[in-house]
Amino acid sequence: MSTGFNFLSSLLLIACFSHSYADAEHQSLGKPAEQLSTQAQWNLTITPDGKGLPIGKGSSEQGAKIFALKCAACHGPAGIGGSAEPLVGEVGSLTSEYPEKTINSYWPYATTLFDYIRRAMPIDAPFSLSADEVYALCTYLLSEDDIIPTDQELNEENLPQVSMPNRDGFIAVYPDKY
Amino acid sequence: MTKPTDSRRQFLQKVALGGAFAGTFSLPVWSDQTKPDLVDDLPEWMKKPGKGFSNYGQPSPHEQQVIRWISANPDALGNGVSWTPLHDLQGTITPNGLHYERHHNGVPQIDPAQHLLLIDGLVDKPLRFDVASLLRYPMISRTCFIECGGNSNSGWRTNPIQSKAGYAHGLVSNAEWTGIPVKLLLKEAGVKTDAKWIIAEGADGAALNISIPLEKLLDDALLALYQNGERLRPENGYPMRLVLPGWEGILNVKWLRQLRLSKEPAMSRDETSQYTELQPDGTARQFTFIMEAKSLITSPSLGMRLLDNPGIYQISGLAWSGHGKITRVEISADGGDTWTDAELHGPILDRAFTRFSLPWHWQGDYSVLQSRATDETGYVQPTRDDLVANRGTYGFFHYNAIVSWEITETGDINHVYGI
Repeated sequence: MSTGFNFLSSLLLIACFSHSYADAEHQSLGKPAEQLSTQAQWNLTITPDGKGLPIGKGSSEQGAKIFALKCAACHGPAGIGGSAEPLVGEVGSLTSEYPEKTINSYWPYATTLFDYIRRAMPIDAPFSLSADEVYALCTYLLSEDDIIPTDQELNEENLPQVSMPNRDGFIAVYPDKY
Repeated sequence: MTKPTDSRRQFLQKVALGGAFAGTFSLPVWSDQTKPDLVDDLPEWMKKPGKGFSNYGQPSPHEQQVIRWISANPDALGNGVSWTPLHDLQGTITPNGLHYERHHNGVPQIDPAQHLLLIDGLVDKPLRFDVASLLRYPMISRTCFIECGGNSNSGWRTNPIQSKAGYAHGLVSNAEWTGIPVKLLLKEAGVKTDAKWIIAEGADGAALNISIPLEKLLDDALLALYQNGERLRPENGYPMRLVLPGWEGILNVKWLRQLRLSKEPAMSRDETSQYTELQPDGTARQFTFIMEAKSLITSPSLGMRLLDNPGIYQISGLAWSGHGKITRVEISADGGDTWTDAELHGPILDRAFTRFSLPWHWQGDYSVLQSRATDETGYVQPTRDDLVANRGTYGFFHYNAIVSWEITETGDINHVYGI
């Protein structure tokens, strides 16, 4: 009898103290994840300050070879003209009659290039390129439009410092809010 | 050019008087066989047992043309879209097998027993959740649309595309999503005061990552586990996805594996190179997030034909807004010169499809049908001319202009940009 009474009153308490069902009483079931959070597979995002970049380096020459082997089939032999979107060229075209949004004409940060190639390319084998190979591809693509000198090797230190031509081309539409 | 409908009331009266227009039906015919009392002339499916039960029901074989239209990269079949056939559907709920798809590298086949959600970054304690644990949390249901930022992008082209309504505007669908308010899980991890953004990441072959303002996730975001009552379909994020009511599809990350709280956005590929809108002055709109009010007449629309001339046709369509409820939809039959209010079918839900309709008495004249939505903020869906004047034609994303269907004197329907 008293068990039944307590059960009823605890139900009432839950009802009284919940603002809505979305805040309904529940158990916290998340498990500590400090260790997990430091592992490489949970740190894929690279931010414009370079945080998250792995140690490595690659030359334009190495990049050109990897590109021919693993990228050209979709992106064209020199990063233009394939079934996928053009990657290079058209710098300065954004105000023209026929603007082209390539990496070199449009992307504001070079770090995004490393982040994206590593996580998503080549499309038939994501996460198959080593850090050095990804750096080499970044070096090759950016040097195609002289954004960096052809003889420069990009690495975790200098990639975030690359100055992209369209760095200041983006305007947040809700600046007061977000 | 005919004058369009006078008013909805007059239309309805015409409909009421028009009972004589009702379709033909067959009269019973008596049989004179040896068993004079045998009822004859019944369809064959009434004279034998039907098929047995099924574990999971499928549409009628007579509805096999009602499909998503796939448009993918031939060199990378998992990169593309499939369009919801809005022109073949009624009501407001998109069936799960017809919800639009946008995949960046195919549909991952995720074993839920091996899937984890990690919440980390600027939190008091990083936490991981397995699927079984998440299924024990209190859940709420929310009916809302999800629309790809690139929906209707053919509208920017110089010439109007001659595609069916859903196959030009159907990168939007509407479902009842059930899941855990994301804020519940964020509170459990403890949000640090300097956190402003969350970088969400999916467990697909593109490991899609994108930054979302923390404010939205503390507001109405859901970690959805169910779609229209059943567990998510693989192509809609199984075992879990984000649902951000009213915000562009790319942010509703499918196959969600991580929410990392940060001070700054990641500036990932899909918030810089893509899902930003280039303007004529060379600058690009970024973090556009909210899908503006839009409407579309789904019937009559391209691919259909008006058979009775004159005849009464039920104009029917969908309206939605990422800013709130739809408050008004107007219909024009003369390319926008005059407008009549359509009936809105309830319940009218916040950031969800609203079905509208209006009986239309077509006189057989050349007409241009349009619908124009207004949402509760007072925002009115723009004409294409106004949209292009403001944004140019290279923005690609967030096209929400009024759609025009031309009705020719023979009852054929074409897509036009106005009269």
